[in-house]
Amino acid sequence: MKLEDQRTTVYKVDPNHPETESLPTLRTEELLLNMGPQHPSTHGVLKVILELEGERIVKSTPVLGFLHRGVEKLAEGGTYHQFIPHTDRLDYVCAMYNNFAYCRAVEKLMDITVPDRAEYLRTLVAEVQRIIGHLFWLGTQALDIGAMTVFFYTFRDREILLDWFDELCGARLTTSWYRIGGVERDFTPSLTEKVQRFLDYFPPKIDEYVVFLEKNRIWLARTRGVAVISAEDALSFGLSGPTLRGSGVDYDLRKYEPYSAYPKCEFSVPVGKNGDTYDRYWIRIEEMRESLKIIQQCLQQMEPGPILADVPSVTLPPKDRVFTNLESMIQQFKLFSQGFDAPAGEIYCGTEAHKGELGFYIVSTGGGRPYRLKIRAPSFIHMGAFDYMAKGYMIADAVTIFGTYDIVMGECDR
Amino acid sequence: MHPIAEKIQSRFPEGFLGANEWRGDLAITVKREALHDVCSYIRKDPDLDCDYMVHVSSVDWPDDEERFEVVYEVYSIRKRHRIRIKTRVPEHDCLVDSMTDLWMGADFMEREVFDMMGIRFNRHPDLRRILMPDDYTEGYPLRKDFPVQGKGWRDTFDFLNDPT
Repeated sequence: MKLEDQRTTVYKVDPNHPETESLPTLRTEELLLNMGPQHPSTHGVLKVILELEGERIVKSTPVLGFLHRGVEKLAEGGTYHQFIPHTDRLDYVCAMYNNFAYCRAVEKLMDITVPDRAEYLRTLVAEVQRIIGHLFWLGTQALDIGAMTVFFYTFRDREILLDWFDELCGARLTTSWYRIGGVERDFTPSLTEKVQRFLDYFPPKIDEYVVFLEKNRIWLARTRGVAVISAEDALSFGLSGPTLRGSGVDYDLRKYEPYSAYPKCEFSVPVGKNGDTYDRYWIRIEEMRESLKIIQQCLQQMEPGPILADVPSVTLPPKDRVFTNLESMIQQFKLFSQGFDAPAGEIYCGTEAHKGELGFYIVSTGGGRPYRLKIRAPSFIHMGAFDYMAKGYMIADAVTIFGTYDIVMGECDR
Repeated sequence: MHPIAEKIQSRFPEGFLGANEWRGDLAITVKREALHDVCSYIRKDPDLDCDYMVHVSSVDWPDDEERFEVVYEVYSIRKRHRIRIKTRVPEHDCLVDSMTDLWMGADFMEREVFDMMGIRFNRHPDLRRILMPDDYTEGYPLRKDFPVQGKGWRDTFDFLNDPT
């Protein structure tokens, strides 16, 4: 039996069944339950109003906006360079990828080519960030649905990677390491060595998580056949990333519209079959393995060279020159206070972040500030499908469904 | 002109207003009345087949007669092309046909546009504010005449106006 059919036949009482008539008439009442905004499993401040029939969800209405900070409005008041730290605060679990997506959009607007080494560094760090994101997701998702052990193991490994970020740019979470036209600073030899060591350290750890979960009957019962969505519906809702690929669509911008150093690396895109939470979990595990392959290839192929494009009217001068050279200081000052002169036009640039397609739609009318900047946040768009996917499941499954989207409210509410 | 734009122009000679290709992005401007028909066509036509909703956005041009611009961006997974459909609406009558019957994801995205820019969508099943509070009455934050620091509230904070 297909999972789709199972969902309707198992959960609904058949009114024409002879035994239904002999059931005693009970007083039934619909119950309205507020879940959140203060709930440990809503990954931030998300409220969902659930209409319940017993413990089954009949309708759910997500209430968003508790973390709305008006980032899109703030973008219109600042220069392009000044917006980079704002992007850290969108998806605060994976700041690097947000920086990356934004810088790519501005580079597309300005038509800048990024030097080779910078592209490799960007890809490498983005994949490290993808592993961090998936580790965070795996730990919290397992914790939410009752498997507590994995959380400690994934956070142990996540901490190693966050320490690299600390060494790389001085911050663990709000990194702002990407720059328009390149990156802020290069890897140190000790960091490169640590990355190399991690490549040997990590694969057995992934197997460890898998053992924890795939032998756990509770985990399997609560993920298999839960939150099923067909490929067609998933596309219609605009779902992306592992949430879409779980339904069997291999839409991955790294392959569909190759960017950065991805076309030079060999990797595969794992695709699910059933479109349930388990498939999406499996995809994320496999993506971590693929990320390791990409990191390995970047390390091998990377050659010394500049890490920032040399377009003085747009890109920042090297930091050491800013402190010693007057012209560079003036250049830095003018780029931040007035910005560079962007051509009039509009672009959309999507990047495959670990949650899904993170896109920036920028309208420019010339001058140093964006006229309009729209963020296509995967978390927000995934929440649009929540009501559809939660219908007919138990209250406890609502938590699984938040988790399976990998939502972060900072990005959802912007 | 881009072949997709030509196709749409030949199919909708009345509603088609222009096409623009910049930095590899194709943007097609249509009349408001034709918007739903054009979208329905690009969703269902087997050669265009845009089954994936990318984003719905809006831009405010306060100096223009038709002040607001609504932007739909769609993608075809099978054909791998991206089309941006744009239309303009005047301020006194900012109403656009909803695309929720074509792409289910348009529900939340259009609600966001309504919340942020005040553009209403015809036949939308649940047009309410989404990011701002339900009882918010100070206007639409992303309009250009809305101040960045917000309206009203700041003046009521004693510590901001305290002369000492």
